[in-house]
Amino acid sequence: MMKQVLHLRVNGQTHELYIEPHKTLLEALREDLDLTGTKHGCELGECGACTVLVDGTPILACLALPIELQGREITTVEGMAHGAELHPLQRSFAELNAAQCGYCTAGMMLSAKALLDHEKNPTREQIRDALAGNLCRCTGYEKILDAVERVASEQSTVESK
Amino acid sequence: MSTIGNRLAKIDSWDKVIGAAKYADDMRLPRMLHARILRSTMPHARIVSIDTHDAEQLPGVVAVITGRDVPIEYGILPSSQDEEALCVDKVRFVGDPVAAVAALDVETAERALELIHVEYEPLTPVMSIPEALDETRDALHSAAHADHHNIHKMVALEFGDLDAGFAEADYILEENYFYQGNTHLALEEHAALASFSPDGHLTLWSSTQTPHYVHRALAKTLELPASRIRVVAAAIGGGFGGKTDPFSHEIVACKLAMLTGRPVKINLTREEVFYCHRGRHPVLMWVKMGVRNDGEPTALHFRTILDGGAYGSYGVASTYYTGALQTVTYKIPAYKFEGMRLFTNKPPCGPKRGHGTPQPRFALEIHLDKIARHLNLDPAAYRKRFIVDDNTKTVNHLTITTCGLSECIDQVVAASGFGNKARETNHERSQSKIENRKSKIKTGLGLACGSYLSGAGLPIYWNQMPHSGVIVKVDRGGGVAVFCGSTDIGQGSTSLLAYIAAEEFGIDVRDVRVITADTDLTPVDLGSYSSRVTVMTGNACIQAVRPLKQKILDAAAEKLLVPAESLSFKDGEIICEDDDARRLKWVDAVVLAEAKFGTLSGTGSYKPPKRAGPYKGSGVGITPSYSYAACVAQVSVDTETGEVKVEKIWLAHDGGRALNPILVEGQVEGSVYMGVGEALMEEMTYRGGLHKAPSLLDYKSLTMRDMPSVETFLVETNDPEGPFGAKEAGQGPLLPVPPAIANAIYDAIGVRIDETPITPDKILKALEEKDKGRAPRVGPKNFPNAPYPEPIHVEPPEDAPRLEKKKG
Repeated sequence: MMKQVLHLRVNGQTHELYIEPHKTLLEALREDLDLTGTKHGCELGECGACTVLVDGTPILACLALPIELQGREITTVEGMAHGAELHPLQRSFAELNAAQCGYCTAGMMLSAKALLDHEKNPTREQIRDALAGNLCRCTGYEKILDAVERVASEQSTVESK
Repeated sequence: MSTIGNRLAKIDSWDKVIGAAKYADDMRLPRMLHARILRSTMPHARIVSIDTHDAEQLPGVVAVITGRDVPIEYGILPSSQDEEALCVDKVRFVGDPVAAVAALDVETAERALELIHVEYEPLTPVMSIPEALDETRDALHSAAHADHHNIHKMVALEFGDLDAGFAEADYILEENYFYQGNTHLALEEHAALASFSPDGHLTLWSSTQTPHYVHRALAKTLELPASRIRVVAAAIGGGFGGKTDPFSHEIVACKLAMLTGRPVKINLTREEVFYCHRGRHPVLMWVKMGVRNDGEPTALHFRTILDGGAYGSYGVASTYYTGALQTVTYKIPAYKFEGMRLFTNKPPCGPKRGHGTPQPRFALEIHLDKIARHLNLDPAAYRKRFIVDDNTKTVNHLTITTCGLSECIDQVVAASGFGNKARETNHERSQSKIENRKSKIKTGLGLACGSYLSGAGLPIYWNQMPHSGVIVKVDRGGGVAVFCGSTDIGQGSTSLLAYIAAEEFGIDVRDVRVITADTDLTPVDLGSYSSRVTVMTGNACIQAVRPLKQKILDAAAEKLLVPAESLSFKDGEIICEDDDARRLKWVDAVVLAEAKFGTLSGTGSYKPPKRAGPYKGSGVGITPSYSYAACVAQVSVDTETGEVKVEKIWLAHDGGRALNPILVEGQVEGSVYMGVGEALMEEMTYRGGLHKAPSLLDYKSLTMRDMPSVETFLVETNDPEGPFGAKEAGQGPLLPVPPAIANAIYDAIGVRIDETPITPDKILKALEEKDKGRAPRVGPKNFPNAPYPEPIHVEPPEDAPRLEKKKG
C-alpha cells in the first residue's frame, strides 16, 4: 500500500505525515507523532480509551482515518493543558482520585471536556450519559463523576461572577 | 498526623493526567521489532507438524519460533509447572500459543502468522464439569500434572465433630449454588518489550503485577542466570489478578530478542487477552448448614468444584481458597470442606479480585439469608449475634486479629433503613404496598457480609526470605528516595510509600520520590496480589526509616546540645519538646547526619507472622489480618422484562485504618462496581470450544449508566499488624456485593437466583416457576458425584468456637 503525504492539525500545530492511507488516527498519533497519551483498549471502537476531540466533538481514534480528517482540529490529552498550566479537568482528576490505573483517563477527560465546553451546568445524570461510552474497570466511575462535577461547578461559579 | 489519614492526590496521578505515564506499549527502543503469536484454533488437539518455512521467507520477517525453541515448562506455582511458552506436543484450548513471529512491523508479523501451517490431530474437547469428571474423555495433562485424569487437585478437610454439630441442629438447610466464570477485563491489554545486550543481559519491561515471579520464570525457561535478567514493570493499566502469572508472550518476546539481537515489542489484542484470562473460576457448590432455632451455626459442610480451564495457574491455591474463609466471619464450631479443581479445554482460570472467595461467600450469604427467613430472624441482627471475636482462632486454625464487622453492619443498616419497618408510618407502609402490588417494578433491600486477607501468609514458592523489602536513601539536598519492588496497579501503593516516608520524617510528600518494580534497582516485593501491599511494604518502609531517623536525631542532638529523645520531626524541621528555640531545618539535620555517619540509607523487610495450622493446605487463608465488609443493596426488578437495576449500594468496610481515605474509597467503589458486574452480567461462555464473546462489546461490563450510586463507610479498627493500623481494602469490599444483590432480589420478588450472573431470563424463569406453584428458584439442581478423597481430620485449636451440647 502506497504511503501518502497528509497534513493533520493536532493540538494546535500542523504536522506533515507520510503514512499508509489505511492507518488509523490512533496509530498515526501514537506511532508517527509520538503522542502516546491516547490509548488502545480494544481496537474496535468498544471501549472509548482512544477518545480524541475533532473540532470539539469526541470520536474514537481507532475507527478514524487521518486521510479524512485533514484540516480539522484534533485535540488529544497532550493538548489539554495550557503550556505548563493544567486544564481544570486534569487537576480535578488527579486531586479527587478519578485516575486509578490512569488508562481510561485521557478518553474520559476529553469526553468530559467536550460536554463541559457545550453544557454549562450538567447534572450528574447528564455527565453519566456523556461519558457512558468510556469504560473504566478501576474506579466504579464515582470519582470520575465527582471530578467532572467539581469542574462544572467551578465553571459556573466563574461564570456567575 | 501530617500526611497519614489525609485525602491526598497520588504522586503518580500527575503523569497520568497529562498522558506522560509510560505503559508498556508506549515504550520504544531503536531497531525495535514487533512480535505476534499464532494461537491454536482447536480446543484440544495433538500438534502433528508446524511448517514455518513460508513465514520465514516473507520480506520483513526477522525470526520465527515454535515450541522447540522454548520447550521448558513453567507456571506460577511450583506444583503446577504445566505450561509451555509455545505448545510443543499438544494444544489445550482455543488461543493456546503455538508459534511466534518477529517482524519489522505488526502488519508483516500478522501476515506471517497466516503463512505458518499447523497440522492438528483433534482430541475430544472437555468443556464442562461433567465432561471433566468423565474418564472416558481424553486427559488434558499427563499424570505428572494432575491428581487423576482431568481432576487437577482434590482436597478434603474436616475440623471438629461435624456429626455432633448436625445432631445439635434444629434446622438443616442444603442447597446447590453456581458462580459463573468471569474475567478481569483490565483496560490495558498485556504488552511487553524485551531487549538483550551483547554481553548477555536481558531486560524485560512488562505490564505485570508480579515482576519478581516473572524474573524467576524467565531464568528457568530461557536458561539464563537470574543475575543477568532485569524485569521492570511499566505503568500498568489495570490488573485485578490478570497480570500476576508469568506469560507466554513475555517469554516469547525475550527469546526473540535473544535470537535477533534486536528489541522486541509484543502487544496482545483484546481477543488475546480473553485467551490469557487467569480469571474467576466457575465454581459449583453444595452447602449444608445446621443451626439452632436462634440461628446459631452448629455445623457447616461445604463442597466446591472448580472448572479450572486448561492449565494450573494459581488454581491449587484457588481450590483451597474456595474453602478457607467460610469460618472467619461467623462462629462455626464444626466444618468440613471438600474441594476439587478440574481441567477443561478453555482459557485457564486463576486469581481475580477476591481469588476463590467470592464464589463461596455468594453461596454462604444467600444460604444464611434463607435460614434467617425460615427462622423469622432479621438477617442483620442474626449475623451480628454470631460474629467472631477479636484475637481468636477459627476451627480451621486461622487467626482473627481485629474484626469490625459488627460496626460495619450497624453502619449500612442505619443508612439504608434495612429491616427497619418502624421508619415508615402505617399509612406510608400500606400506600407503598398498594403501589408495589400495582407496579410491575418491585423494589427490595438485601444484606450480606464478607471478609478478605491482608496479604497471603505464605509466598508462592517455599522460602524463608522477606515478602517485602524497602531501601530508603536520604540525599544531602533533603530529598528522600524510597526503593521497593511493589507494583502500583492504580491502587496507590507507590504513593503509600511516599506518604509513610513523609509522615515519618515530617517532610512534604513532594520531597519524596519512589522507585518501584525494577528487579535491578529495588528489593524484592512479591507483587500486587492477595491485597498484601499496604501491610507488607508499609511495614518494611517503617522499618527502613527508623534507624535513619535515629541517626538524624542523634546528629541534630549533638548540634543542639539536647538529648536525642527530646527531639522530633515536624513540618520540615527537627524540633525540641523542651525548648522551642532549639530547632533545625530538616535539610541541615540531614547534612549533619551525613557528615557524622557517612552515606545515609536504611533497609527494612517484612515477613508475615507464622500462622500455619497443623495440616497440609493450612497455608492458604492465613494472613496478618482480615478485613471485613457489610453491604446493603437496593434493587428494582422489572417483572415484565426481568431486568434488574441496582439502585444503590451502601458498603461499610473495616480496613483497619484509612491511610489515605480517598484511595480506600476508590478501592471500595471499584470493588462494588466489579461485584455488581459479576452479579448481573459478566460471564465467560463457550460454544463448541470457542469463546462466544471475546470483545468488550459482547462481554458485558457496567458503563456509567449501569453503575449504582455508592455510599461508603470506613470503619477503623486500628489493627496492630498493619502500618499505622491498616488492613486491606482492594478486594474485601467486592465480596458482599453479589449476595446482597441476590438477597435484595428475593426481598423484591420472592424468588431465589442461586447462581450468577443474574440475567433477565433467569428472573423471568423464576417468576414463572413461582406462578406455577413450583419452587421459586433458578439454580443448579444437582451436584455431581465427585470422587473427593477421605478427609484429613484436624483437631480445632483451643480458642476456636465450640459447640455447647444442648440436646440430650
